[in-house]
Amino acid sequence: MSEATKPQPQAKGEKTPISDTSYVGIDAILEQMRRKAMKQGFEFNVMVVGQSGLGKSTLMNTLFKSKVSRKSVQPNVEERIPKTVEIKSVSHDVEEKGVRMKLTVIDTPGFGDQINNENCWQPIMKFINDQYESYLQEEININRKKRIPDSRVHCCIYFIPPTGHCLRPLDVEFMRHLSKVVNIVPVIAKADTLTLEERDSFKKTIREELRANGIDVYPQKEFDEDAEDRMINDKIREMTPFAVVGSDQEYQVNGKRILGRKTKWGTIEVENIAHCEFAYLRDLLIRTHMQNIKDITCSIHYETYRVRRLNESNILFTSNPPDHPAAGEMSCCRVQ
Amino acid sequence: MASSDVARQPDKGVRSLSLAGHVGFDSLPDQLVNKSICQGFCFNILCIGETGIGKSTLMDTLFNTNFENFESSHFEPQVKLRAQTYDLQESNVRLRLTVVNTVGFGDQMNKQESYQPVVDYIDRQFESYLQEELKIKRSLHNYHDSRVHACLYFISPSGHSLKSLDLVTMKKLDSKVNIIPVIAKADTISKSELHKFKIKIMSELVSNGVQIYQFPLDDETVAKVNTTMNGHLPFAVVGSTEEVAVGNKMVKARQYPWGVVQVENENHCDFVKLREMLICVNMEDLREQTHTRHYELYRRCKLEELGFKDTDSECKPVSLQQTYEAKRQEFLVELQKREDEMRQMFVQRVKDKEAELKEAERELQSRFEQLKRLHAEEKAALEEKKRLLDDDLSSFGKRKAAAQLLQAQSLTANGKKDKDRKNSGFM
Repeated sequence: MSEATKPQPQAKGEKTPISDTSYVGIDAILEQMRRKAMKQGFEFNVMVVGQSGLGKSTLMNTLFKSKVSRKSVQPNVEERIPKTVEIKSVSHDVEEKGVRMKLTVIDTPGFGDQINNENCWQPIMKFINDQYESYLQEEININRKKRIPDSRVHCCIYFIPPTGHCLRPLDVEFMRHLSKVVNIVPVIAKADTLTLEERDSFKKTIREELRANGIDVYPQKEFDEDAEDRMINDKIREMTPFAVVGSDQEYQVNGKRILGRKTKWGTIEVENIAHCEFAYLRDLLIRTHMQNIKDITCSIHYETYRVRRLNESNILFTSNPPDHPAAGEMSCCRVQ
Repeated sequence: MASSDVARQPDKGVRSLSLAGHVGFDSLPDQLVNKSICQGFCFNILCIGETGIGKSTLMDTLFNTNFENFESSHFEPQVKLRAQTYDLQESNVRLRLTVVNTVGFGDQMNKQESYQPVVDYIDRQFESYLQEELKIKRSLHNYHDSRVHACLYFISPSGHSLKSLDLVTMKKLDSKVNIIPVIAKADTISKSELHKFKIKIMSELVSNGVQIYQFPLDDETVAKVNTTMNGHLPFAVVGSTEEVAVGNKMVKARQYPWGVVQVENENHCDFVKLREMLICVNMEDLREQTHTRHYELYRRCKLEELGFKDTDSECKPVSLQQTYEAKRQEFLVELQKREDEMRQMFVQRVKDKEAELKEAERELQSRFEQLKRLHAEEKAALEEKKRLLDDDLSSFGKRKAAAQLLQAQSLTANGKKDKDRKNSGFM
C-alpha cells in the first residue's frame, strides 16, 4: 500500500467549525453517551479504614442516606473486636433519578485496635492488590466478558481520631504505604469534639505532616489536568482533611427536619457547613469528583500495578534483564 | 448485540436499597459526559464503492464541510485506501473524524483480490490497537483509536440486483466491521424501481448470509425510530454540495433540466435518514459494537492463532504469561537454530569461494607456465637458427677467405707464369 493508509492526524486547519446553516448532529453523541451510561449503570467501591468507634459506619450511612454499612446488614451480630484486621465488603444496588449504581462499602474491622499494630495495613494492601489482580486476570483472558466487573477499590476514606495534636505513627505508616496504590481521602472523625480554632490548627499540622512524609492524598497534585482543574483542586487541598460529623437521626431545627446530633448544649447539623465539613466531603466524593476518582484508579493506580506485575513475571520466568518490554517480544512472536 | 451485560437481576449478596434523601450521584452521567467533552471523540468511517460513485461528495454533504478531495483515475492497477483525518467541532463537542476511501475499487479487469486491501486495512487498525493494549506501559486513554467504526458500502444504482463483487466484499467484511449499505446516485432510479431494488438487495443479502449492521432495538427511547429505519435499509442517497434556490431558501440540491433533486427532502432521497441514523442516534452504538464485538473477535482469533489458550488440554486455566513464556523460549531456540544455520551457510560459502579462487589461481599459474614454455621453445628455436646462420656465415667467411687466398695465389702464380712466358718468349 503505497498511499497514506495509516490515518495521520493532520489537523486540517485547526478546528473546522461546521457552518451553522445546516446542523449535522455531532453533539447528539453526548445524549447517546448519557443514555448508554444510564442503561449500563455505574459501580463505585469505597473502603473505610479507622479504629473502631470512630463513626465509620454512621458516616457511610449519612453519606448515602441509607443503611449501607456492614453493621446495618447484620444487625444482630455481637460486636467484638477481631484479633486481626478483617476485610468485609457489602454491596448495594441504589438508584436515584434513573441512575443506577452498584455501591460497595468495604469495612476493615480490627484496624488499629490491637496492642501491636505493626503491619496492620498489610491485609488491606493485599486486598486492594487482589482486586487489581482479579481485574488484570479478566483483562488478559482470551475470551473475556464484555464488561469486566470492577471490584477495584476506588476510594479509601481514612478516619483520623480527633486528638487535636498531630498524626500518630500508625496513621503516617498507613497513609504512606497506601497512598501509592489507592486514592486516600483523610477525614477527621467525630469533629464535634474540636472547636473551630483547634480544628484549624489540627488540620494545618496534619497537612504539614503529610507534606513532610511525602504522602499524596486525593486530589493528587500531579494528576491535575489543566489550570481550571488545579484551581478547583487547590481549594479542596486547602480543606483537607475534612472535619466530619456523621448522623443518621433526624431532628427538628427551625421547623425543618435535618440530620444532626442532639446534645444538651445544642444540635449539630450535619449538613450545615458552619458546623462541619460533611457537605464538602459529600460533594467531593459523590457530586463532583466521583468520575475523576474512578478514572484515576483505572488509568493510574491500576496501570501502575499492571506494569509492576507484568515486569515481575518477566523476571520470574526468564533470566533476561527486566527491561525488555513484553510487547516487543509479543510482536516478535507475531513475526514468527 | 445489546450491551446490557451487567446482570441487572440482583446478584447474590447485593441488596437493593432505597435512599432516604437526595444523595447526589445522579450527576454521575453528567460527570462522565463532561470528561468525554474534555477528551474529545473519535469516529472513523470507511467508504467502499466504485470510482466516481459519489463517496467523497456524500461525505462532504454529511458533514457539511469541504474535505480535500482528489478525483481518482480509473486506471489504478490495484485497490488502495486513502485515509484522511479531520478535526471537527460543533458547539462544544470536538470530533476527530477519519474518512477512509477506496481508490480504484471495481476498476480492475480481474476483481478477485479487490477486497483484500480493505480487509488488510481493517485488520491493521485492530492489530495496532491490540499491540497498544498488550504493552506494559500503555496509554489507552490517550490513544488515537483508528479502528473502523462504520463502513458505508456504495451500491451502484443498476436497479436490478447486487453485483457479485458487492456480495463477495460484503461477505468478507461483515464480521470485521459494521456495514451500512447505501444506494448511491439514487436520483437515477424511480420510486417504484427503488422499492423493488431495495427488496431485492435485502433478500440477496439475507440469502447469502451477509450480516449488515442492524440499528439497536434495546433502548426504549430509540427503539421505535430504529425499527422503522431498519425497514428502510439500504438508504438511497444523493449527495451534493452545491446550493440551489428553491422557493426562497437555498438548499443543497442537484439541478437537472427536468427538476431539482433536493438532498434534504425526505421525499426525494433517504439522505436525512442516513445522517440521523449514522450520526445523531447511533454513533455511540457503532463505536461500542466495533469495540465489544468486532475487536474482541479479532483479538480472540489473533491470540488463539498465536497459540494462547485460556485453558490447556487438561482444562486447567493457563495463564497468558506461561503460554507466552513457553512460546518465547521456543522462539529463542528457533532463533538460535537459524543463527547457527546461517553461520554454517556463510562458512560454507566462504570455503567455496576460496576453493574457486584457488582453482582460478592454479589455472592462471599453469597458463603462465605454458606460455613461458612456449616462449622458451621459440627462443631455443630462434637460437638454433641463429647458430645455423652464424655457422653459415662463418663457413661462408671461411670459404671467402679461402677463395680469396686461392685467387691471390692464382694471381701470383699467373703472374709468374706470365713472366715466365714473357721471359721464354724472348729466347
